[in-house]
Order: sequence, then C-alpha cells, then structure tokens
Amino acid sequence: MRSIIYGHFTDELDLLNAVKELQNKGIKIDDVRTPFPVHGLDSVLKLPRSRLPIAAFIAGAIGGSLGLLFQIWVFTRGWPLVIGGKPFLSLPSFIPVTFELTVLFAAFAMVILFLVRSNLGPGSLPDILDEEVTNDHFQIILTDRNNSASEAELEEALASTGALGVKNIKTDN
Amino acid sequence: MMHVSPVREPLINGEKSYNDITNDVMAPVRAKPGKLWYIGITVSTIVMIFGFAMIGYTVWFGIGKWGVNRTIGWGWSITNFVWWVGIGHAGTFISAILLLFRQKWRTSINRAAEAMTIFAVMCAGIFPLIHMGRLPLGFFILPYPNSRELWVNFNSPLLWDVFAITTYLLVSLLFWYMGLIPDLGTIRDRMKTLWKKKAYNFLSFGWKGSARHWHRHESMSLILAGLAAPLVLSVHTIVSFDFATSVIPGWHTTIFPPYFVSGAVFSGFAMVLTLMIVTRKALHLEEYITVGHVESMNKVIIATGSIVGIAYITELFMAWYSGVEYERYAFLNRALGPYAWAYWIMMTCNVISPQLLWFKKLRRNLTFTFILSIFINIGMWFERFVIVVTSLHRDYLPSSWTMYKPTWVEVAIYLGTFGLFFTLFFLFIRVFPVIALSEVKSVARSSAKKFIGKPIKNKTPEK
Repeated sequence: MRSIIYGHFTDELDLLNAVKELQNKGIKIDDVRTPFPVHGLDSVLKLPRSRLPIAAFIAGAIGGSLGLLFQIWVFTRGWPLVIGGKPFLSLPSFIPVTFELTVLFAAFAMVILFLVRSNLGPGSLPDILDEEVTNDHFQIILTDRNNSASEAELEEALASTGALGVKNIKTDN
Repeated sequence: MMHVSPVREPLINGEKSYNDITNDVMAPVRAKPGKLWYIGITVSTIVMIFGFAMIGYTVWFGIGKWGVNRTIGWGWSITNFVWWVGIGHAGTFISAILLLFRQKWRTSINRAAEAMTIFAVMCAGIFPLIHMGRLPLGFFILPYPNSRELWVNFNSPLLWDVFAITTYLLVSLLFWYMGLIPDLGTIRDRMKTLWKKKAYNFLSFGWKGSARHWHRHESMSLILAGLAAPLVLSVHTIVSFDFATSVIPGWHTTIFPPYFVSGAVFSGFAMVLTLMIVTRKALHLEEYITVGHVESMNKVIIATGSIVGIAYITELFMAWYSGVEYERYAFLNRALGPYAWAYWIMMTCNVISPQLLWFKKLRRNLTFTFILSIFINIGMWFERFVIVVTSLHRDYLPSSWTMYKPTWVEVAIYLGTFGLFFTLFFLFIRVFPVIALSEVKSVARSSAKKFIGKPIKNKTPEK
C-alpha cells in the first residue's frame, strides 16, 4: 500500500520552480509528466544521461561490420563472381550496403531499447492520473514510499508550491 | 528573460494556448469527415484500384504491354520511380536535417511531410518491382540462403538501391512513428468512446508523458535525426548511381549524386507545398502553417532549384569541354532532338520558374506558390524523363535508334500510384494529427504569438 500525491500546473515555468522548491525541502519527486519535453527539466530532476546513443553506436558498428564481412565472404569465399574483370574484393562498391546496414541496425536497436527501457509498446497500459497531462497540464507526482515525510506533509508541500488539484490516492503496487 | 527576435515572425498566429493547439490540430481526427473527404478518398481509391488492376494486367501479359523496347528499356516506370523517390526526400529532410539545424518552423510541417515521404517511397518501390517483369520472383533481389547457393551482386548499384530504399523506408517509418506516439497519447486522452481510447492507447504504445520518457525520447530523436540525415543524402545518391555508374552518354556523370539529391529536395518541397497549401485550408490550420512557413519552404526551393539549374548547365559545359563526341551529341540531342520539347519543359519549370521566388511578394503569395509548386512537380518529372529516355533513344548504334511512347497501361499504373498516395494521405489526416502537437507546443513559448514579448508570469492562476 502506498499513497500517490499529485498536482498540476498550467505553465511549465511554474512547474520548474515548484520542482526546485520541493527539492529544496528535501522531498523526492517520483515523476513529472508533461505534454511536451520541458526545457531544463531533465537537469533539475538530475536525470542521468541516456545511454541510448551508446547502444546505437554499438548496434551500428555490429550492423556495419556484419554487412561488410558478409559481402567480403560472398565475393571471396561464397561464390566469387567475375564482374567486368574487376577484383573479387572490391571494397568501394561494398560501402553503400555497409552504410545502409549501419544505419538500419543503429536505428532499430535504439528504438527497440527505448521502448523496452521506458516500458512502452503496443498493449502497454499506462497509469494515467490526469488525462490533461497530454494536453496542457504539467504534473508532479510524489509518493510516500520514497519520502520520509507523511502524506499530509507531502500534500501540503505540493500545494504550497502553487500546484492545482492536489490529490492523494492509494494504490497497491 | 527569453530572447525575442525583432525580425522573426511568430510561427503560431492567433492567441493559441496549449489547449487551443491540442483542439485545433485534433479537430479533423475528432470530427466526422466532410463531403470533400469522402469524395477525395473515393476518387483516389478508384484510381488506385485501377492502377493495381493494370499492374495485374502487366504481370499477366508481360512487359510487352508497355511502350518500352530494346533500345529504351527504361521508360515511364523508372522515370516514375526516381520521381517518387525524389518526392520522398522532403519529409525526412525537414524532420532530420532541419532538426539538426534547429529550425523551429519545421515543427508545423514535419509530421505531414514525413507521412508524405513514406507514402511516396511506397509508390516508388512499386515501379522497380514490376519493371523486373516477374513480380512473383521479386524476392530474388534479397540475399537469402538458397538452393542455388547464389548470392546477389553486391557490386551492382541496382542492388545498393534495394538496400538504400528499404532502409530509408524503414528508418523514416520508425522516426515518424516515434514522433507520433506522444501525440497519439494526446488523442487517446481526448477520446470519449472506449474502443477508440483502447485503439489509440495501443497505437500510442501507452505513452504517459513521463519526464524520464521525454528525456530518453529527445536523445533518441536527436540520434535518429543524425542517422537519418546522411541516410536522406545517401538514398538519392545511390539512385543516381543507377545511372552514373553506367557507360551511357548523358548518364555517365560524376555530378549526378549532388545534382540528384538537390533535385530530390527541390521536388519534395514542391510536393509538400502543393499538399500543405490545400491541407492547411481544408483542415483550418492557417494559424499553424503560416505564410511564413510557406516562405521558408520557398527559400529552400530557390536554393535547391538553383543548384539544379547550375547542374544542368554544368552538364552541358562538361559535355562540350570533355571533347567526347558521344557526350556532346547526347546533350545536343536532348536540347535540339526529337525530345527537345521535354527538355525545354524541364528547363522552364526547374530553372526559370523558381527564380521568380527572389521576389518576396511572390514567395509569400499562396496562389502563386501553389501554381509554381505544380510547375516544379511537372518539371522534375520531365527531368527524369529526359535523363532516362533521351539518353537511351539514340544509342551507339544508329540502326537501333527509335522513339518511345508510353501505352495507356503505363499511364494507368502511374495514375494508380497517385491513387495509392492520396488514399493513404486521406486516411492519414483522419487518423493521425497532421501537425506534431508536442513539438509545436515545445516551441510555442519562444515562437507563438501568444507568448512572444509577453512578461513571464510566475504563478499559475487559480481556476
């Protein structure tokens, strides 16, 4: 059993101020939900830098080298073909396919990892507390599990930042 | 304090709050479609079905039903292929390259332009497949382990094309859809019917707008844009290799890759303008796709159009300067031979007409821009026709010189791809938001009329 305390703002600058205020009071913020990526919010929330670019680089390197090695194998071992008397191992003409496979692998790996890491995907059922979050509400979510303060204290702290519609709900998960 | 540019006009006119943006953009998805929509989709579906029937007719009776012959093996179908692929370059150019250049005006048009890209590439993909003559054996172009132990020819630009176009289609689709999921979440939360809510939740992948997700989403979008940017440039480069690596005078040119890429962006933007000028009116999005947006696109058109013009002239110069008589003849024949009419249509539409955009009045005139964009679409089609047909029809052996005329089957297949394109576009504007909602909202603070120059208030007012 835990309590989820949430409230919203209608302006992203108020949201940023409120997040800072709450953090100054030592309150841990569970989640912030916004209709669009708010500039500066990730640094205020101290979100760790995403490692997706690294994953993209690795996947791209795998895709590129697999593509290149496969073409080299086909033209030197698998079935060497004489084409216009050119050498079997004609690296420059392998570049386009290598490049395309690099991009293809990197893009797919990154998107798949993004969905897996964010727990998003077809059929994923989100816990939506306020449907206006995808419209014009900027929501702060607190929970008593992450904070030593009591529910009432959290509610009060959130309301004092100017948050509207502060609510407290209980859930089992 | 946010910097307010004295020069730049607002990207969103009217006093639009975030809620207004949601409602305005969602209106076509929410409302019952009008009469125009029904007429549009009916016509385009009929044309599409007719086109597909003609593809069936070609497959049944063979390529002999087309006007192509032994001298001119690449007729309308390759012309159409290159034309559609070219059109498919604007969307990803707008969303990837303009993202990297931080052009905020892209946010109003990237969604529709990218959808257009995907549909155009789908139309393009049809042509090489049917041109191979044996559609059911189309999978032979893929390198898969087979009983003949034979692989594809990785030295062939035609095979590079297979990889380039497939990758381009898939990556554009990913990029487009990943941008869509937050907006599909927005639609889900505005829907009242349960099944619609569920359907949009499925489509939105359960988006909930969490800051962590946004953070990851942004870093993914940036890298995807970084990957897509060289991809856009590579696709038409590789398409141009189909011609440039051959030994046909008129095709065997090193200038082809940059010339094709700028031509592709040129024709793509023209098609975006053609569509968006109508769409903004029909869906009442004039405040989001403003005259300023049209002007920005016109600036891209004049830049790429001028590159194309220089490329045409460079080709002529190099043909003369090379001293190769075949090369010289190929270009003289283009300009003065039996297909001179096509050449001069191309020259007029692509070189002369975009130069009119130097006038600010014309750049900002929607009627003029609309007509001009159609001229460019026609001109760019003729560019490909000139490259394909006039280079082939008088080859090295004068006894095999001939002319090429399409049959009605080829014309019907070409029209059929228009049917496919518009059917998909009509469905798209009904199901998905035409404007990238969350992206427009994210630039609203700096570029919407409502916020520009207004003091920033500090507290959310009580409701």
